[in-house]
Amino acid sequence: MTPSRAVEAFARRHHYRPYEALPWVAAVASYFVFPDYLALGAQILATILFALSADLVLGYAGIVTLGHAAFFGTGAYVAGILAAHGWGEPITGLLAGAVAAAVLGFLSGLVVLRTTGLALLMQTLVVATMVAEAANKASFITGGDDGLQGMEVWPIFGRFRFDLFGHTSYLYCLSALFLCWLAVRRMVHSPFGRSLTGIRENVRRMHAIGAPVARRRLIIYIISAALAGISGGLIAQTTQFVSLSFLSLERSGTVLIMLIIGGVGRLYGAFIGVPLYMVAQNRFSEIDPVYWYFWIGLLMVFIVVFARGGVLGLFDQFQR
Amino acid sequence: MGDTLSAAFSVAFHGLAFAMVLYLISVGLSVTMGLMGFVNLAHGVFAMAGGYVLTSLMNRFAVPFVPALLGAAVVVALASFPIERLLYRRLYGGEELDQVLLTMGLVFISVAGATYVWGPLQQPLLPPLWLSGAVDLGIDSFPAYRSFLILCGAALVTALWLGIERTRFGIRLRASVDNLRMAQSVGIDTSRLFMTTFALGSGLAGLGGGLGADLLAINPGYALQNLAYFLIVVAVGGLGSIRGPFVAALLLGVADSGFKYLLPEFGAFFIYALTMAILLWRPRGLFGRA
Repeated sequence: MTPSRAVEAFARRHHYRPYEALPWVAAVASYFVFPDYLALGAQILATILFALSADLVLGYAGIVTLGHAAFFGTGAYVAGILAAHGWGEPITGLLAGAVAAAVLGFLSGLVVLRTTGLALLMQTLVVATMVAEAANKASFITGGDDGLQGMEVWPIFGRFRFDLFGHTSYLYCLSALFLCWLAVRRMVHSPFGRSLTGIRENVRRMHAIGAPVARRRLIIYIISAALAGISGGLIAQTTQFVSLSFLSLERSGTVLIMLIIGGVGRLYGAFIGVPLYMVAQNRFSEIDPVYWYFWIGLLMVFIVVFARGGVLGLFDQFQR
Repeated sequence: MGDTLSAAFSVAFHGLAFAMVLYLISVGLSVTMGLMGFVNLAHGVFAMAGGYVLTSLMNRFAVPFVPALLGAAVVVALASFPIERLLYRRLYGGEELDQVLLTMGLVFISVAGATYVWGPLQQPLLPPLWLSGAVDLGIDSFPAYRSFLILCGAALVTALWLGIERTRFGIRLRASVDNLRMAQSVGIDTSRLFMTTFALGSGLAGLGGGLGADLLAINPGYALQNLAYFLIVVAVGGLGSIRGPFVAALLLGVADSGFKYLLPEFGAFFIYALTMAILLWRPRGLFGRA
């Protein structure tokens, strides 16, 4: 390959491909095909954003975190508390949630990202547990164990009311997800995004070529936290409820699972894993919520033993 | 003044009892993580299993306390063999994320399995007559069961440390933790060593889970609820260390009971802050090797 062709091949990665429209076609089609499931659909869309944010730290920067729910929950609580105390404007509520989560990401990232491996895993877990503990103790404002109630979300742009059937919620979450996805896609293909992959694959070499590794890791951590905050805010506003489970270790764990079912570090893993997981959960939980845990646990073991790379990884194997 | 003193003794006593339980459960985790480099989030499952075996043997089959306790340790140790051989071994030296996934999966299965077999409610531990009531230790009177817990824990810790220092198995284990490749080159069968160590650690966890059933309540969510405690002990103590987790468990146990006494509102908060501070100061833990 001559240099110019290599550059061209590299540049072609940025171009949109036809299959990238698939999730969006599917999402818009679902709006018309499953009008009875729009509430669930909105939750799925918001959770895809959460998984996408986790993919940025885990799949691109290679930071294994057990505390991503801290940012999700922070965004949800900030948006929720604003709505419960007289500021129900949804878009500024979301942004406030994103900013709060980003600030938490910055502060905790300063501490957490100084370590690697198990210590880092522990630190993320500890941060999330501290945030959950703080939310639990501040029950005068968060509602503690009972959850945050009495949220009143105003219509979007003062026009589109949140209806009982979830029409507005669905389109609201879809638009938010689409905008965030555009930004994320652009970022991971930018030099900044490529350098993250470099850090994941070979930290020493990145240090050797003079890349500011610590700063880049912190920046992606903050961005990811902000996206997780938006996702939490979306769920809070569309379900009008926030509880301590938003901050739980279980939530941090399940987002990893959803992401891994789809495939890590591929940008589209979230779009496959989250709907699969949540639709299955919805079906199985109707039968019995406890056995859902059994099956999902078994599935995780299965993925690790037989299907590393998730659904998208299986596609790769078939292509070869 | 007398009040302060007796409060201090009470805090130390309950902290010590909690520390013993934490240590028995976590020491196996420390060795698994340090020796095999395996992030084992499912370690609490073995402790929970120990608790369930103990309470079932006692409550359903009327087995006396001591044999039931030994039974719990043996059953858990035996059950850990196939799990190590079939699942864990595949991922030694593998990616952290895969290990996290596999063990989280096991935790979820354990939650569902325990609910299926024993129901969602907490399993009561009814100590035998000779361990109920209180004993007078001169300064104050303390619950007999917890005194037994401390004695039992101290005996086990001594036995464990002697075993590690004095037996052939202990020598091999220490050699492998220090330098795995070198240990393999001098002919230590590390695969078998891993298996035995894993079973031993799981058995101890089962014992700890059983003994500590009145401190860490036995219910289906056990492995998830207490995961942070076990991981803190291991991370603060230092991976692969046998003594580090003991110091960490003592710190955590006494701090936990102290904060519960002084600042019941914010106890957990300080413990997590302390953990973060220690890990920042020494990312490999207090006794971890650089």
